[in-house]
Amino acid sequence: MKAPAFAYVKPASLPEAFELLQHPNAKILAGGQSLIPSLNMRLSSPELLVDITGLPGLSEIKVLNGFVRIGTLVTHTRIEQSPEIKKHIPLLAQAVPHIAHAAIRNRGTIGGSLALADPAAEYPACAVALEAVFILKNKTTERRVKAEQFFKGLFETDLKPGEILTAAEFPVAGKSDRSVFLELTRRQGDYAIIGLAVHNSNFVYFGAGSMPVVAKNASSKKTLKEAKAALAKDLNPPADLYHSSATKLHLAGVLLERAWNMLTT
Amino acid sequence: MGKAELPLHAPGTKLDRGYIGQSVPRPNAQRLLQGRGSYVDDLRFPRLAHVVFYRSPHAHAKIKRLDFSKGLKSEGVIAILDGRAVAEYCTPWVGVLAHLKGIKSPPQHAIAIERACWQGEAVAAVVAETRAQAEDALGLIEAEWEELPAVIDMQESLEGKKIIHKEFADNICFSRQHDTGGVDEAFAAADVVVEETFEFGRHTGVCLEGRAILADYNAAEHSLTVYHSTQAPHMMQDIFSRHLGIPEASVRVIARDVGGSFGIKVHVYPDEMATAALSVMLRRPVKFVADRLESFATDIHAREHKVKIKMAVSRTGEILAFDLDDLSAIGPYSVYPRTSGIEGNQVVNLTGGPYKHRKYRAKLNVVFTNKNVTCQYRAVGHPIAVALTEGIVDKAAAKLGMDPAEFRRKNLIPDDAYPYTFPSGIKFERLSHHQTLNKLLDLMSYKKLREEQEVLRKQNIFRGIGLAAMIEVTNPSPAFYGVGGARISAQDGATLRLEPTGMVTVMCSVTEQGQGTEGIFAQIAASAVGVSMDKVRVITGDTGVTPYGGGTWASRGAGIGGEAVLLAGRALRSNMLEIASKILNLEKETLDIGNNAIIGKLTQEKKMPLEELGRVAYFRPDTLPMDFQAELTVTRHYTPRQYGFTFTNGIQASLVEVDPDTGFVKLLKHWCVEDSGTVINPMLVDEQLRGGVVQGIGAALFEECLYSPEGQLLNGSMADYLVPMSGEMPDIICAHVETPTLQSQLGAKGVGEAGTAGAPGAVMNAINDALAPLNARVTAMPFTPERILRALAKA
Repeated sequence: MKAPAFAYVKPASLPEAFELLQHPNAKILAGGQSLIPSLNMRLSSPELLVDITGLPGLSEIKVLNGFVRIGTLVTHTRIEQSPEIKKHIPLLAQAVPHIAHAAIRNRGTIGGSLALADPAAEYPACAVALEAVFILKNKTTERRVKAEQFFKGLFETDLKPGEILTAAEFPVAGKSDRSVFLELTRRQGDYAIIGLAVHNSNFVYFGAGSMPVVAKNASSKKTLKEAKAALAKDLNPPADLYHSSATKLHLAGVLLERAWNMLTT
Repeated sequence: MGKAELPLHAPGTKLDRGYIGQSVPRPNAQRLLQGRGSYVDDLRFPRLAHVVFYRSPHAHAKIKRLDFSKGLKSEGVIAILDGRAVAEYCTPWVGVLAHLKGIKSPPQHAIAIERACWQGEAVAAVVAETRAQAEDALGLIEAEWEELPAVIDMQESLEGKKIIHKEFADNICFSRQHDTGGVDEAFAAADVVVEETFEFGRHTGVCLEGRAILADYNAAEHSLTVYHSTQAPHMMQDIFSRHLGIPEASVRVIARDVGGSFGIKVHVYPDEMATAALSVMLRRPVKFVADRLESFATDIHAREHKVKIKMAVSRTGEILAFDLDDLSAIGPYSVYPRTSGIEGNQVVNLTGGPYKHRKYRAKLNVVFTNKNVTCQYRAVGHPIAVALTEGIVDKAAAKLGMDPAEFRRKNLIPDDAYPYTFPSGIKFERLSHHQTLNKLLDLMSYKKLREEQEVLRKQNIFRGIGLAAMIEVTNPSPAFYGVGGARISAQDGATLRLEPTGMVTVMCSVTEQGQGTEGIFAQIAASAVGVSMDKVRVITGDTGVTPYGGGTWASRGAGIGGEAVLLAGRALRSNMLEIASKILNLEKETLDIGNNAIIGKLTQEKKMPLEELGRVAYFRPDTLPMDFQAELTVTRHYTPRQYGFTFTNGIQASLVEVDPDTGFVKLLKHWCVEDSGTVINPMLVDEQLRGGVVQGIGAALFEECLYSPEGQLLNGSMADYLVPMSGEMPDIICAHVETPTLQSQLGAKGVGEAGTAGAPGAVMNAINDALAPLNARVTAMPFTPERILRALAKA
């Protein structure tokens, strides 16, 4: 388990990073918690790693007018320890302790997790539930993409070659907003068998498909019973090594019931 | 040791038995914690080459063509070799033993020739200047395969429609039948017959340090030094010698620090043999370190049994007979030199073990499959035998409406019935089932827990209590392997040397795997000689230095190695007293050793520091009588012989809560009461128990090597293969009954198997107890949420 040879550059500015990303077989390295294992297992072999952890201005948590902007390099641990996040984005604060283990949270970044778009990861579902907006920059332009539009498929996003996800903006939660985060893992820190991020009437499942799945049918129902019955229309979760699709759907119903009861009490 | 001295014993402990029975901190812990351990991968050698293996992607396939031409041109590559080339330097082996009648297995090569029999079997070796370069070249090897029919399912293997090895008529590696007679009559006369089929998933022991070997051949003297992460250096010395054609005494095996083994590192692995052969071929040091993916695909697996068990019981709850049918799959080869027949054999030997029935019948079939090989992993066969027995016992108790603890009390062999011969033929010297049961029920407040369980059930909280009584094989005599022709030593030796400054050096053939063996040897040596712990240094794991012996396996280190240390220590003490009597001109009988000094036996007054004794004996022997020679190096050996094994006993309990919505099991608490004879170091013994319990919980809830129907390992990573983690583990409460074995002066039995032996059964019974009001029951380990939900008809 040794990575194949690659070139490594740590640019000091965004323009320099964009320049390096012109290389056809370059990959962005941030916390490295997913990329490095995949290199070591020789599942990918980029020629150039562009380490963006030295770029200025991408590591801040800023509370602005009505939203919180989280720089792409902010680690899970910083989110976990941030009083601003706890106060303004309680869903994210609830989710972050479920991400892997402390050593991984110390290095892993929010931008890395969102850009990787692992369907079992916590942040993408939270971002969709919270209707977050992502800031994507390339050499010349900047664009803003809604979370729901950003995730395109299994490990697939709207990011174009040469673009860097520089920040995510989350709306500040109001007094009447309600959030619930639930996930089922057999061991603390594992990827969820299935998980649910709820913000108001947005019910977003993870580990339930190729990307975050919005349970539109279930969330539109008036009663829990109807909602549970409608869940099969929203979800067709893929089986994993240990759980069949039917079991995951059943567990999705259990989470729906728990979240529903938490929101209504 | 530095200035930050460790206390020599736990605060408040008494020292009237020397250090025996004291929680003395391990002297090597500080070194390991400061990162100064010396594992194989830490070693640096000039001209070191690294080997990686090209492994079969198919479960069963003929090698039609291997093309190394591109790989050979890759940077840093020294050699790429196939099975035929390596076979020139390393002869094949066959994993059979004479006392397992009828066992068969084909010859196995270091690197497969012509045919690969499991996904992961090495078919070529790539040697390069660095590991990364070797892996680069690995990707350039071109292979052409002809897939052969693979036998993956053990039932299919037993039926034998597809034969794996053409030289055999069937796929049966080993079978055994045992019958006391009278079983059918007992079942016919029984008021109640209970029956169940239990399944045990294939899993493996996940060592922190993967398998690792560095072989250094010296052509000038045709000698081989092997730095090896192994449990049995002398066994490996013999094997390297015979299969590589190097004189035994020219092979030196050194096992410095070993990062866990659990039985994984006591077997002959083809890739390790190939590494040694490559060192000979290339005349330079060669290193192989299994990475985590290789560990999952090639470290021995274990278990994978499907067992049908029947038990006959009288109306009053008396067990009359057991009837057992075990089917187990072991992969394509019986592993050398211990064979892969032992686990099934243990299931036959041990099932029903704690109970006093006299009728027993068992049938065992061990079959080949095209999956990775299985062999002896911690608690070999015990977890299966215990879970079967205790599972069926609980079922019978429920059927009779009896409390499971009372049912056990009624049937456990009485504490005064020893020596005792069990219907499977095994003999018990002295066990204490009733004492351990009573102690356990007390410790866990059994009655109160049952009451609490009742109350909670009414609130739809489903808690379960599971018990598992057990017996465990420890301190094996030559009856385990030696009688079958295996060159595996059942005896061990210890050499003790008094250094001139009054310090004691201990050299013992039992090895340290991280469990604290060296710590207890230091305790025993210090107590036997009469010095303080800080005066003792222990050396293990070097065939060039220590006496000959078996090493670490089957819970033998303390009981056998410890006894050798004790005997050597007493002999050294006697020699020291003799020298002191010459120096002091006093009768030897009036002298003793205490606190690092020669003292008066009656007065306890200090006569002479040991430093002075050492000085005279080594540097001024001219002052001693002409006809007297001081002997300050003493070697003693020990072999248990009176019994085949020194059985231990114990009982565990598990308290769980099952969530019927999710099928999740929450482990609330676990208890273990064990009788392992003399407890040398309570802290280390409890940690052995706890570590074992956790591995047993792994088997019960988490761990399984999953294969596709085509024989592809599906979960060969730490993300997909679930080892138990601390976050999910319950508090594990340990207690002891001490019934020393009378075969040795130390009285210690082994403790390494107990935790792993009993935990799966205890957890299974607890889950089924929790599920009982929901009319659900699970019998296939591991008990995943999926399986529990299926039992509840929710998945």
